Order: sequence, then structure tokens, then C-alpha cells
Amino acid sequence: MVNYIPVLFILIIAIGMASVIIIMSRLAGRSRPTREKLMPYECGVEPVGTARERQSVRFYLVAMVFLLFDIEAVFLVPWAAVYRGVLQSETYRSLRFVFYGEMMVFMVVLFVGLIYVWRKGILEWNR
Amino acid sequence: MTNLLLEWLIKTIIILLILVTAVAYVTLMERKVMAWIQLRVGPNRVGLGKFRLWGLMQPLADGLKMIFKEDIVPGQANYWLYVAAPALSLVPALMTFIVIPYGSEITVFNRTIELHVTRMNVGLLYVLALTSVGVYGIVLAGWSSNNKYSLLGGLRSSAQMISYELALGLSIVCVLLYAGTLDLVDIVNAQSGFHGLAWNIFRYPLLIPVFIIFYIASLAETNRTPFDLPEADSELVAGYHTEYSSMKFVMFQMAEYLNLITASSMTTTLFFGGWNGPSVGRLPFLGPIYFMLKVLALIFLAMWIRYTVPRFRYDQLMRFGWKFLLPAAIVNIIISSTVILLKS
Repeated sequence: MVNYIPVLFILIIAIGMASVIIIMSRLAGRSRPTREKLMPYECGVEPVGTARERQSVRFYLVAMVFLLFDIEAVFLVPWAAVYRGVLQSETYRSLRFVFYGEMMVFMVVLFVGLIYVWRKGILEWNR
Repeated sequence: MTNLLLEWLIKTIIILLILVTAVAYVTLMERKVMAWIQLRVGPNRVGLGKFRLWGLMQPLADGLKMIFKEDIVPGQANYWLYVAAPALSLVPALMTFIVIPYGSEITVFNRTIELHVTRMNVGLLYVLALTSVGVYGIVLAGWSSNNKYSLLGGLRSSAQMISYELALGLSIVCVLLYAGTLDLVDIVNAQSGFHGLAWNIFRYPLLIPVFIIFYIASLAETNRTPFDLPEADSELVAGYHTEYSSMKFVMFQMAEYLNLITASSMTTTLFFGGWNGPSVGRLPFLGPIYFMLKVLALIFLAMWIRYTVPRFRYDQLMRFGWKFLLPAAIVNIIISSTVILLKS
């Protein structure tokens, strides 16, 4: 756990740096706000409507599909990290194909999921 | 213990200083490379007094100019989120670099110093996690500015980054199958055989397609052309940082270039042997030099791609990510694990 102390250091220093930069630009730059300057930029014309509009549901669907696949990807990481070690050790020699096969079944399930999402048209953006 | 803490602190500060300088000069490099590709000269005026120094002082001048620019917060923006967003994308970008090894170890004043800030047994996951956190800054910037271009840029960016993160993560799984550890220091040490040329990509030819997938996905993760849809200037003005000015804008730029440097360093670490190279075992100080050269070569490649390849359309981008890169990454895992099983 001791090795994580530098993470704390760099977190503190990086946050400090970011705040110094923000404060510095606030102090150094001149500030003469006018109504036009504070308007949302819309190529020079008066803004039409609000930016808090409803968005396409596709973004939400993509986020959801991403969550599912990402959890599966995370599941693969520990398996991959010990894969060669297990295959080379004598203790687990008889379990080699189980170790390999189970993950292959999992990958097939993952693939079927991808094909399902694909067929459902969630990945089509031009419809 | 105090010595160790002091060493960590000094290394962290040195790394930060190097990173900030590197970012400044990568921007200059980008402008120079762009200029050469387009048969121009590029910035060549700013020097020290009478000496022009090929424009080497340009980043300094740019930085000074940006500090004194007016700092505008749009009237209807969500103030705190608007201010926090650039920090949220800069801080994770700065933090990733501490687990990446840039040399073996050198002896200074009878003290052996390992050339990496720290090592952790989940180093690779740490880098992946921080790159994911970087999305928040962009999404919040897009949403809080209360500008339609920013909002679209932020949304596009988040959808793009999470789509390509899958391919990125799965291609890293493929490297893990061979490396067998998540500790970046161990991954690099394992590549030091054969006069420092036992790089993963030479040792395991099956990693070549994985490298291509990883590189494409990391270009998309860092929002580089041909995947720079979030800030497609011809349709979205400047994307998620349309409303940002002064140093807040600089922070987004810094984060972007830091991500480019981190992505190149990760590619170097995972595929090109990190700091390994000929005769690095006898002359350890060559380590950082090799590392830097490899990272610079990969950054140059990204720039070359940027000025050669046109931008994707959004549906093409999503189709490519989900229907080509993701299945390709899964197939690569299956092939690699089968080959390892048959060889054992």
C-alpha cells in the first residue's frame, strides 16, 4: 500500500496547479463583461432557444451497452493476468482446458450479446 | 521512510515539470510538423532578443499571451461546473504518468534511484481508470457552458470515448495474456532480453494486429483526427470548449496533449519495450533517451495521421468502433489465448 503515497502527492500537486492556473487567469486578465460577451456563442446572432434541449436517446443506449460490455471486459482482466501462469504450473495441469474453455464460453456469450445489440439496430446512427 | 518520501516527492515534481514543458513543446512540434507537411515554415520568429532559435520560445510567448486574456464566464453557465471542468480534465491527465517506467535505475551520489515514480500491481488499471475519469471534464464542460455547440461536442465526445474504450480495454487484455502482470515496471522488464530488443511486438507477432487496434482506439480516446468529432471545427465551432477562454482554454489544450503523450507512452510500454534498447544494460542513462525517442516517434505518427487523413462522419465513427474494432479485439483475444494454450 505504501507505493500509493505518490498518487496522493501528485493528486495534491495537480489540483494545486489547476487552481493556481484558474486563479491566475482570473487575476491577470482584464475583465470588462458586456451583455454580448456573456451570451452563448452562436455565430454572432442572438441565441435561439435554450441549450438544455432533449437529446437523442441513442447516446443513452450506447452508454448502457458500454456499461454491460465494460463489466465483461473488466472480468477478463484478472483471467488474462494469470493465464500463462496457470497454464505453465504443474498443479493445475489437469484443469488447463477447463480454465481455457470456461472463458471461451464467456466470450461466445459476449459475442452473442454484441450480435443481439447489432441486430436490434442500436449501433445504427443514420436512421 | 523520510528518505523514501522525499525521493517520491522530488520525482513527482520533476515528472510534473518535465510533463508541462513537454506539453508546451509538443504544441510547437505540432505546428512545425503541420507546417512542414503543408510546405510552410511554421512559427520561426519568437526567440531570445536577436536570436531567433527557430521559434523555440513560441510556447512561452503563447502562454504569456493566454494568461493576460480576458476570462469570460458566460451569463447562463453553471458557474461552479464551468470552472471545475477544465481542472477535471487536466488533473487526471497529469496523474497517469507516475506509474510509467522511463528507465531502469541509475546511481547518483551513491544512491540508487529507480527511474519510475512508483510501481503498483494494478498499474495498467490505474492508467485506464484515470483516462476514463478524463471524460467527465469534457462532458461537464459541454453541459455547463449552456451552448448548443458545446453540448453536442460533449455528448459526442462521451459516446465516442466510451465506445473506443471497449476496444482499448480488450486489446490490453490481449497484451496481458502474454505479459501476465498488470505492473508496468514488470511488463517493461520482461522485454529487456536479446540486447534490449525483445519488445513484445517482435517477440509475439500476434500482437501486431492488437497494436493496430490499440493505436486506433487510443487516437479516438485522445480525440485526435480522424476521430476529432467532439471539436469538429467545420460543424461545431470548437466543440466542448467553444465558450472557454484564457487559461481555462489552455487547460483543455494541455489535457489533450498530455493525453497524447500518455497514450504514446502506454503504446511504447506495452508494445515497444518501454525504455529498452541496444546496450541499455551497460549504460542505464540511455533508458530515458530511448523512451523519449520512441514516444516522440509515436507522437510524430499521430501528427502525421492528423494532417493526412480526413475526419470521419459520426455514424461511420460509431460503426467502425462497434462493428469492426470491438469484434476484432475479441477475436484477437480468442486467437491469442488458443495459441498460448496449444504452445504450453
